[in-house]
Order: sequence, then structure tokens, then C-alpha cells
Amino acid sequence: MFKKILIANRGEIACRVIKTARKMGIQTVAVYSDADRNALHVSMADEAIHIGPPPANQSYIVIDKIMAAIKESGAEAVHPGYGFLSENPKFAEALEKAGVAFIGPPAKSIEAMGDKITSKKIAQEAGVSTVPGYMGLIGDAEEAVKISQEIGYPVMIKASAGGGGKGMRIAWNDTEAREGFQSSKNEAANSFGDDRIFIEKFVTQPRHIEIQVLCDKHGNGVYLHERECSIQRRNQKVVEEAPSPFLDEATRKAMGEQAVALAKAVGYASAGTVEFIVDGARNFYFLEMNTRLQVEHPVTELITGVDLVEQMIRVANGEALPFKQEDLTINGWAIENRLYAEDPYRNFLPSIGRLSRYRPPVEGDTETGGIVRNDTGVYEGGEISMYYDPMIAKLCTWAPTRAQAIEEMRVALDTFEVEGIGHNLPFVAAVMDHPRFVSGAITTAFIAEEYPDGFSGVELPREALVRVAAAAAAMHRVTEIRRSRISGRMNNHERHVGTDWVVTLQGQEFPVAMTADRAGADVTIEGKTLRIESDWTPGDPLARLTVGGALLVLKVGKRTQGFRLRFRGADLQVTIRTPRQAELARLMPEKLPPDTSKFLLCPMPGLIVKVNVAAGDEVQEGQALCTVEAMKMENILRAERKGIVKKVNASAGDSLAVDEVIMEFE
Amino acid sequence: MKDILQELESRRETARMGGGTRRIEAQHAKGKLTARERIELLLDEGSFEEFDMFVAHRCTDFGMQESRPAGDGVVTGWGTINGRMVYVYSQDFTVFGGSLSETHAQKICKIMDMALQNGAPVIGINDSGGARIQEGVASLAGYAEVFQRNILASGVVPQISVIMGPCAGGAVYSPAITDFIFMVKDSSYMFVTGPDVVKTVTNEIVTAEELGGASTHTRKSSVADGAFENDVEALAEIRRLVDFLPLNNRQKPPVRPFFDDVARVEDSLDTLIPDNPNTPYDMKELIHKIADEGDFYEIQAEYAKNIITGFVRLEGSTVGIVANQPTILAGCLDIDASRKAARFVRFCDAFEIPILTLVDVPGFLPGTSQEYGGVIKHGAKLLFAYGEATVPKVTVITRKAYGGAYDVMASKHLRGDFNYAWPTAEIAVMGAKGAVEILYRSELGDKDKIAARTKDYEDRFANPFVAAEKGFIDEVIMPHSTRRRVCRAFASLRGKQLQNPWKKHDNIPL
Repeated sequence: MFKKILIANRGEIACRVIKTARKMGIQTVAVYSDADRNALHVSMADEAIHIGPPPANQSYIVIDKIMAAIKESGAEAVHPGYGFLSENPKFAEALEKAGVAFIGPPAKSIEAMGDKITSKKIAQEAGVSTVPGYMGLIGDAEEAVKISQEIGYPVMIKASAGGGGKGMRIAWNDTEAREGFQSSKNEAANSFGDDRIFIEKFVTQPRHIEIQVLCDKHGNGVYLHERECSIQRRNQKVVEEAPSPFLDEATRKAMGEQAVALAKAVGYASAGTVEFIVDGARNFYFLEMNTRLQVEHPVTELITGVDLVEQMIRVANGEALPFKQEDLTINGWAIENRLYAEDPYRNFLPSIGRLSRYRPPVEGDTETGGIVRNDTGVYEGGEISMYYDPMIAKLCTWAPTRAQAIEEMRVALDTFEVEGIGHNLPFVAAVMDHPRFVSGAITTAFIAEEYPDGFSGVELPREALVRVAAAAAAMHRVTEIRRSRISGRMNNHERHVGTDWVVTLQGQEFPVAMTADRAGADVTIEGKTLRIESDWTPGDPLARLTVGGALLVLKVGKRTQGFRLRFRGADLQVTIRTPRQAELARLMPEKLPPDTSKFLLCPMPGLIVKVNVAAGDEVQEGQALCTVEAMKMENILRAERKGIVKKVNASAGDSLAVDEVIMEFE
Repeated sequence: MKDILQELESRRETARMGGGTRRIEAQHAKGKLTARERIELLLDEGSFEEFDMFVAHRCTDFGMQESRPAGDGVVTGWGTINGRMVYVYSQDFTVFGGSLSETHAQKICKIMDMALQNGAPVIGINDSGGARIQEGVASLAGYAEVFQRNILASGVVPQISVIMGPCAGGAVYSPAITDFIFMVKDSSYMFVTGPDVVKTVTNEIVTAEELGGASTHTRKSSVADGAFENDVEALAEIRRLVDFLPLNNRQKPPVRPFFDDVARVEDSLDTLIPDNPNTPYDMKELIHKIADEGDFYEIQAEYAKNIITGFVRLEGSTVGIVANQPTILAGCLDIDASRKAARFVRFCDAFEIPILTLVDVPGFLPGTSQEYGGVIKHGAKLLFAYGEATVPKVTVITRKAYGGAYDVMASKHLRGDFNYAWPTAEIAVMGAKGAVEILYRSELGDKDKIAARTKDYEDRFANPFVAAEKGFIDEVIMPHSTRRRVCRAFASLRGKQLQNPWKKHDNIPL
């Protein structure tokens, strides 16, 4: 076995690989850029080697720098993680030349699967079901129309080199096919410098289901069943699960066998993933093969008990797979939520900065029979850097059934504390509670269909509100009793904390009455009495309570006469008052937040790259006003409505903080 | 007998109605509560004991004898906040617009005298049209009587003013003398002369809100220490503030049961200071991580944000915090910041509240506006305040402590009891770049030489150890253990006794 391996990556995946290597008794070498000097993967590894400035194209993806680090450390093998150099055949070749093992597939497999058109051809030859379509190069728009007619509408027009939704169009008729071909071609030329276009059948009610395969260098190959990754936002996976709630045994077997056949056809030897698109009738079509470890691999590990990284290392070391296909069964259900530093209330714009608080749920077995796993590369006091993927963590839960796994996930999310930056935790929590997700009737259009106007928070159903209100009242009572125990009181004339309260949350008032004892309180609300018990004390940012016998986990913030409570994606401003205080509070005028519609505010800290308009310009709804660069992302800010620019306060080159006024309208 | 009892009840009933149902409704329509409703919210339920409910004015001019409502436009008395005694007066806008008459003033003076005698804070709720013009100079005399008592009570019992309506002309000077002024947004304003007079005299056109609203006084003038959305929120927050304050200058600050670990380790503080010395960080994170339960009551949050002032609790007991804020003007001291912090330090010292100072200061803000504005004397206020303070003083230097500002910020030389520094501290006359430019002026043309000199200077001074060698820093501490170290420091100072030389009073550079 290797004595020392280098991980040519950063963040959670580097940490993930280090954990397995350590378990196997292998020494680890981390590499890091200037921005990652204090990163978790650096402190976890046995050695760490500096490889350059923050931008990945000057550090993590510079083959020479990685090769130098390998030489310096004497590592015998390299795990590339995902992204960066993981699917770069040149890197695999360079390693081969240097006599260093690549913990991944052979260079030729990477190359074969790297191009969409080539990979589809190979797949067809290997007997893998592919989307009906035209694989050759398409000359002009008329040819595109002809091909589209042959395939049958709807069709998808795609850039061969494309990814991330760029250069992609859907056409339902000849006109759209003609237009779509032209615009895809232009976009592809601009984005990728490669204007090759292909056309294929557009799959309706599509689900993204992928098969995990694992092959060794001795001709053995198995599939570790599927993962469903249909919950995507703009082609980025957000929620993944294994197994899929949609597949039946026959489909699973057919997909698995085809995936292994494809892997064998390209001489694959490592862990890999064959992605399929599955339609409403369980027809499945090959999409592409990812010749690396996937982000979402933990869900497969949770249902199969196989450590994929360990197997990758063993395969790279020339070992044969220790199991056969029939040994690999599905045990229970696993779900992964990707937590990103993306602010869901600001259209998921990246939110970089310092994690002033980061407390993930406790990993391992839960009291309710599930498992929590959290793969992360950050820590409290660490930084989400503008240079890399803004991932915070991959939170996974396992349980015997899907419903239980979802419930475990809800509690884990309720328990997960992340402060200092904006993040999508409320959004994924909302998805976990969404009836359509719970039913399993999902497609890749789930987010676009269910959140067409973006995400603006969750309105809790009344039953949940009542439970939260009852808990808040009990917590408030504890807080007030503590306040009444301050020193310097007038003896015999102390304050008596009452038993009747009015809880206001989400615009609703709930009168409550309670009787308390040492262990908890009986809170009467909406005609029923709920027993509340908890070891929560004032100031504790997390409250674990039992309310009416069921667990309730709340994130607790401070607020005048109450709390800010976060729960299941809802962000509640809760006030708890005595009936008299509540009566007087009703007399207070409702104040509207200041009208900011006349301003364009900077949605994130960033650099103004371009200002497209000047004072006096009339702008139309949706017109680009300026471009703000943050985390290497150029975000175009557009006019929300028609108007006239009154004043422009920023110019190209300015660094702005969040909510700074970029321009004013009349 | 029963009739007599009923007579009392009916007289009370009339008095409680103040200016009558119609005026009460008008008050509510303006989004304001009545004088008595405010007292109800301020004090513990049922704890209010009223004085002088039946006092009526004695004016006979302008037909005033026709209307002599019981109470005369102000409700006075005492009650408790979480069981601790406070005196309160609350002006009743429904009675003669809350205007101040001779008798109205006498009622206020009565409870102020009692507060001073019995050692309990005074909370004044202001909602008044001003002097009662019908009474002429008697009304002005009444104001002055109140001012005199405010002055004598200053530093003896805490005085808090809550502005919940108009407060104009001479009326502003009573709150001005008190320790804290809080306002309610959109329904309160304070000014010496109102918009009409301003227009007549200076031709300036300005609204009452612009001239003296909550935003003006919390952001521009610093007259107010904070502002709240409405009456209910304001009074709840005043209760919260009173929980931090001792009842008088003979008592120690109050102690409350607490649920936080005194030795709580905060590993994240080890990465609070960015690698780049020019990158700011939020000092409030440090405050929240030191404080019991992360609870911080900020004073003057919207003004001179380059310095942070406010109250926290350590081990349940109140501590005043003064901290430079690197995110604003790099945390430098200027006129506004010095005045703000000086007043806060003096309040803490007057009421035996220990002071924790968190230092990251690159110096005083340079420029003509500062010099013309008298930064010399204003900066000296903070220096003076720290130097005269005899309460326990603990200082933590997190990063920069440059130049005179190092001396000012509760340094060892100003009788700091515990002066800690983080390993990231740089205690020096100035930053390396500036120092090298002065020391090696002749080499300025040579970039490499200057770079080498800068590095030398950094190696020598960009650390806390030079100061530690001289004993100016008592101990270099790990950031993650700051809470434990600071708590233990204050614990060891519980018996501190220090007295300044006898004097009639000092002569702080006002």
C-alpha cells in the first residue's frame, strides 16, 4: 500500500480523502494557495505544501506546481478530488510519466468520456441507451430543422463543449429549432470557443438519476446502485438521495448493467459515475460519464457501506475489488443537502466572508435511529473565500426509510448553526418540507416550478406555528424569571412573573396560559395543552425542546420582548407580551420598511466591473444596469422596472459593500 | 363612610382620565401611548405608586382658573423594574399639551428629591409642548428647579430621559443633563428653537423631523443615545438598560443569574485578526464572544461608529465596554469618537461600573477639520476620563495601538489594572511604513533598502513583546481564552480601592 498520498484539491473533498487515508494508515500531503493558508484541509493533513496565489488557475490547476509538490513531498499517489485536475487527462499522463499513481481512472478513459459527442458514440456501441439524436456536426439552421423533425419535437439543441446550461435551447417547432440553432451556436462560440452543436430528443418530466460504478484493474466492475439528483437549481445539484424514489428493481438493474458495460468499454478502473436522464415512463438515456469521485458520493456510501475513497485508493494500488455485484445491496435511505454560501433571499448570490459561528449537528448515530454525516472543509472563524466554490458543507442523513431520512435531515438542519454569511440552509430546509419533494414526485424542473419567483422564506403552517408559539412562551417565561432574580431587589416586593401571555409571530397572535413546574411547563394554546420540557437556558442560541412529546429544535436569537426563532426554513420575529402589553402594542402604528425601490443597492460585497447607464438615461425593465464581480462571478444587475436614472454613485473599479447605493432612480 | 371611599375612587377615576377620552384617542391616533400607559409598560405590573395625583395648578390668568385638572399634566411616583426601585415622571400630553407649570415642576422636583435621598434612578418620560405660557416666569422657574436637581443628582443616581413626543425650548435642557436620552422614531423631536423660528431668523427651511428627530439626534448631533421604533419597544428596552445599572453611586452594579461558562473558549477568535493588517474585521464579534450569553447593550450605536460603547455582563455583573471599530475609519480616534467614549467612561466611573477596553487604534484622525474642530481638547477628554477613572480597568490590545492613541486607550500608564495584548498586537509610535519614511528619509529613493528597513521595523515593533518587556503589557494572551482571562481579571479586582486626591471637582477640558 502507498505510504503517502497527495491530495490535489482543497475544501471538503480534500478533508474527506484525508479522513479515509488516515483510517488506512496512509500519510497525507495537502496543497494550498495563499487564500487557504488557514484552511481545514491544511491543518488536517500530515504535510502541507504551498502552491501559489489564490486563483485556481495559478495554483490548484497548474499541473507543474502539483508535480513539484509531489516531488517535494515524495508522495506515491495523488487523489484529485473532484473539479480542478480530476478529469484532466494531461494531469493523469504527467503522473504516469513521473511514475506516480493517479487515484482515478486511466487517462484514456478520461479522454474518451470527456467529449459529449464521442462519449455518446462509445455508449451507443456499448449498448447503452442514449437519447435519440443526431451526433454529427450540423452545418446550418435548415439542416438543424430537418434533423429536429426526424427526431421529433420537442428537441434540445446543445453545444458540444457546453455545460452549466450555456449554449442550450429547447425547440418545440421548426421556427424555434431554427432560432435555437443560431443562438446556441453563437453562445457556444463565445463561451467555449467551440461552436459545434448537436440536437437530441428533449426528455419530458426528466429526472436526473446516476449510477455509481467501481472498477478495478483486473477487469472487475460493479455498480453501487443509483443516486437521484433531480433537485437542481440552474443545473447545479442541490439535493441528492440514494436510492431514487422512482426506480423499480428492473430499471435499476438495467441501468446498472449498462453503466458497468460502458465503464468496461473504456477500460475504466476507479470510481466513476454514469449519468442518465429518466423520463416519466422510466425510459432512461445516457447523459455523460463523470470519470471522478462525485460531490454526492456520500449518499452511496451511506446505503452501501462502501468507502468509495478507500476503494479508489486500493484500485489505484492494483488491488482487486473485495466484493461482487450480488454483495452490494441497498440498506436504507440517504439524503444529501449541499449547503452553500449563497443567499437565498438575494436570488442565491454568493455571500463570502467570515463564519462567525459554525456549529454543525453532531455526526454519527442519532437518538432516533438515524445517522448524520457532515462533509465540510470549513470551521468556525474560517473564511468562505471569493476564489473558490462557495460550498460550506454537505450534510447527509441516513435512516431505514426515505420518510425517516427526510425527518432526520429536518432536525439536522434545524440544529445546524451558520452565522456571519448568507447561506441556503433555509432554502434546503424548505425543500425538505415541500409536499412534492416528500412525495418523491420530483423532476429536474422542481425548483424552477415550485419557486418561480425565487425564495422569500417559509410561512409555517398553523399547526407548526402553534408549537413554536407555545415553546416561545415557555422560553420567555424562563427568561423573565431570570430577569426578576437580579440583585438589589426590594425585599418582599419582588416582581411576580405572570402565567398569561400573548405570542405574536408571522402576523398572528396566540394567547397562551401556562402552569410551570421545575421540569417544564404546561402551555394552553388554541384550546389544547402542550407539555413543554427543555434544558434551554437564556442566551443559548439553540433550543432543543419536547413540545407535546415531539422534538422541536429552534435557533434562538435576541429581540426586544421576544426572540428571533429560525425553524424549518422560516425566520420568525416572535414577541411575547403580557395581555396588557399586547393590548397597548396593538395601538402602535405599523411602520413600513423604507422604500428602496428608487435605489439600486449592491447585493453583495464586490467590485464594479462596468456601469452600463448614466444619469438621465431611461431604462426598461430587465435592462442591464451594471456588472458587479464577486467570487469571480460577474453578476449583472438589472432594472426591476421602467424608470429614469437620477444619479450614478459608483463607477468601474469601485469596491462596494453590501447594500451600498449604486444608483438612484427618479 | 362608604360614600367617602367612593368619593376617592371617583376622584381617582377622573384623575386617571387625564385630558379626557377625546384627547386620549387623539394621542393614540398619533401612535403614542398616554402618560399612564407608558408607566404601566415601564414598571413591573402593579408596582406603580403615584404621588400628587390631585395636584392642580394655581394660575388665574387667561381664564386658567376655569380648568384645573387633577395631576396638572404630569404623572409622578415610583415603582419597580424587575423588583428594583426607580422613580418616574411621565408628562401627560392630553392635559394642556403636557406643558410645564409651576406645580407640574414641583411634582417632578418632589420625586427627584426622594430619588436622591433614597438612592434610586429617575426615569423621565417627556411629552410636552413646553413652558405653560399662561404662567410666564413661574413656568421658567419651574424648569430651572428641575435643572438644578438634575445637576445635583448627576453622578449620584442614574437619570434616564425618554423623549416620546415634543421636547422643545428650555425643556430640552433637563434631558440634556441626564445620563441617557432615548427617542422614539417618527413621534419625538427635540430642539432649542423650532422650525418656525429657524425660518424667521436664518431663512432655513427645515422640518421638525429633520431639525430634531430621532435620526438627527442619534446620527448627527449625538444628543440621543438611541432610538426605538415605538413606545412599547422603547419602554421594554429602557427596562433592559436599567437591569445593567446600579441604583446609585454607593452600590455596586447589579448581578443577575447567568448561564454562560466563565472559561468558555472561543477558538474562532484565533482567526479574527486578518492576515493583512489593512483588512478590517468586526470588533463586535469579539464583544459578543466575550460577553455573557453574547448580550450587548450598545450606547450611541449610530454615532461615531469608529468607537463602540455599551454594556455587557461578565459573570452576571455589568461591565462597560469601549472598543475601537476597525470597520469604520480603521477604528481611529477623532473628535466625535473621543467625546462619545469619554462621556461613557465617565458614566461608568461615576457608577462603579468596571471598564473593559478593546484596542485596535491606528491613531488620531489627521486633517484640518479635526484640528480646527479642536481635536486636541476633545481627544484629551477621553484621556482625562480614562486617567481619572478609579473603577477596575482591563484592556485588551487586539492589533494596532499606535502613537498617542495607545496612551489614551486605557493604557497601563493611565492606571490600567490589567493590560493584555493578543500575539497579533502591534504597539508602536506608528505603523512601519510611516516610521521608516521618517527614520530613513535619505533612503526613500531606494525601494529595496526601504523594504528591508520596513521589515526590520516590523520585526522589532509589530508585536506586543517590546511593550511586554517593559511591563506596559502585563501578559500576552491567546485570543481564544480572552473571555476567561478578562473574567478572572475583573474577579480579582472586586476589592479594588483607589482614590483620587481630594478636590472640589476636576477641570476636564470641556
